[in-house]
Amino acid sequence: MRREPPQRLADYGPLFFPAGMLTVFFVVPFATMIAVSFFQREQGGFYQPAFVLDNYARFLSLFFGRVLGFSLMLAIAVAIACVVIGIPFTYLLSRTARKVQILWLVALLSILSLSEVMIGFAWSTLFSRTAGLTNLFVWLGLMAQPQALTPSFGAVMTAMTYQAFPYTVLVLYPALVRLDPTLTEAARTLGASPVKAFFTVVVPALRNTILATLIMVFIFALGSYLLPQLLGRPQHWTLSVLITDQAIYQSNMPFAAAMAVFLVLVTLGLVGLALYAGRQKEAA
Amino acid sequence: MSGLNLEHVTKQFGTFTAVNDVSLSVPDGTFVCLLGPSGCGKTTLMRMIAGLDLPTRGSINLAGHDITEVPTHKRELGMVFQSLALFPHLTVGENIAYSLRIRGVGKEEQKKRVDELLAMIHLPGFADRSVSKLSGGQRQRVAIARALAISPKLFLLDEPLSALDAKLREAMQVELRQLQQRLGITTIVVTHDQREAMTMADTVVVMNGGEIRQAAPPVEIYRRPADSFVADFIGQTNLIPFSADNAGRATVLGEMVEGLSIPQGAKGTLSVRPEDVQLTAPGHGVIAGTVSFIRDLGGAIETFVEAGGQQIVAVSSPRNRPEVTVGQSVGIRLDPETSVVLAK
Repeated sequence: MRREPPQRLADYGPLFFPAGMLTVFFVVPFATMIAVSFFQREQGGFYQPAFVLDNYARFLSLFFGRVLGFSLMLAIAVAIACVVIGIPFTYLLSRTARKVQILWLVALLSILSLSEVMIGFAWSTLFSRTAGLTNLFVWLGLMAQPQALTPSFGAVMTAMTYQAFPYTVLVLYPALVRLDPTLTEAARTLGASPVKAFFTVVVPALRNTILATLIMVFIFALGSYLLPQLLGRPQHWTLSVLITDQAIYQSNMPFAAAMAVFLVLVTLGLVGLALYAGRQKEAA
Repeated sequence: MSGLNLEHVTKQFGTFTAVNDVSLSVPDGTFVCLLGPSGCGKTTLMRMIAGLDLPTRGSINLAGHDITEVPTHKRELGMVFQSLALFPHLTVGENIAYSLRIRGVGKEEQKKRVDELLAMIHLPGFADRSVSKLSGGQRQRVAIARALAISPKLFLLDEPLSALDAKLREAMQVELRQLQQRLGITTIVVTHDQREAMTMADTVVVMNGGEIRQAAPPVEIYRRPADSFVADFIGQTNLIPFSADNAGRATVLGEMVEGLSIPQGAKGTLSVRPEDVQLTAPGHGVIAGTVSFIRDLGGAIETFVEAGGQQIVAVSSPRNRPEVTVGQSVGIRLDPETSVVLAK
């Protein structure tokens, strides 16, 4: 279908509403945040318009660098965990009967209706010593006595993976359903075992989808600030936790804004790098 | 025992029997076509030979070994799928080399074999192209080359040409047959296209309702169909009921017809190919009929004759154009040589 390029201003009409919404609810707040990040903080919780780099300078310390590094590492770990569990799961799901698929998808979607708080407290109960999963292991004879699994890095990872998993499946599902099932059959007739066929055909054929899923879960996990506090030790707190702390409890808006801007920049940089790497590999 | 041997192979999906007690022997180096309407079980039979489905009962032997339970990837076969199933993330060369890479063949050797195969399918220099940039016929050839890369014991093709247009399909049929004869590889093709089967096969296996109705060389299938299903499915035919008295004289459509060799007292159906129907003047010993329609196709003339409440078609070449017009009374002579008796 050939389309004429828009000629008059009125032709752009349908764009006004979304453009307006995007401006009011994204561009303006983000610009405000960037502006505030350069403001001068005053004692007593206020700030004054100014142009100082103090907020960014303060950020360039070993402590904040370590927190940023941990936040990125956690988000990447959650993204990889989600994709590693999500691909085989979704692949097997896409090969089951329609009824089974719908049941699983509805169950997964229902996780999305749970708030982060509920997920956090549910897992902290499951990982507790008194009422947790370890009691089950003791009963099964796998462990000598129940123990607390939280606070720990594993607990944070588990809960965050749990929270991001439905999104992972929802992004992977359409691509895997559309994947021609004879591709794996062809691989098997050519001498690949089912596992080998999965890794040499299914995974590479879905490379772009997998990359997109990794980026989506990564960004999703980067914003998490409740679960690390509920299930982790202070060294497991992410940059989002510190931003919240500075903005709300320390009333240091300029510093919080500077950290947020920095986080956004680093995130964009990493996503750009991932896309670039993906494109390079495709060209090779 | 060499070649491929199926013994009493049955496949059930729930209560539905897709393949029912099929036994078939395919000698080494022959080309077999499994032919039948959709849902006749031919694809299921092929999937069992490939190991993609397991038979409910029965056994499959290849070159003297029972492979009934051997998983697909250990069967050393090559298969071309209806969808072709070329790997979209790999180039033409990588697609063809896939089975070699899986088996750990060295890079140099892979490249040599790919070049050999590309030359064989008349696509030299295509190794680095993307499969998405190929035409339908080229994709077809690449799928064939990929399946033949390891010189498999058995070459299976499931409706391989159905995605091509008619002209290209006819050309590929000839090419595929020539390739098979050159390589001497045991080949099984599933098709619903009888022209395809007649063009390529040493043995045509006609299937219906999950059973083999006849397995024979193409000409024999055409000339000596085993039953009315085969006669009707392969080419055009006239199926005419008959009865015979105790002296062996046959009555066809109410006329006593001489010369047919029919067992005494038998009843059944005659299969007469349209090109074997001779139109003559009405008279004694021939079936009386009336011309109802003439279809002149240029290369052949089909004359439709109403006789005893049944329509009989006669085909003749333009040189032997019958001197008849619509509404004219004619006689139909049946040649005992070409009239096949299908017992009921």
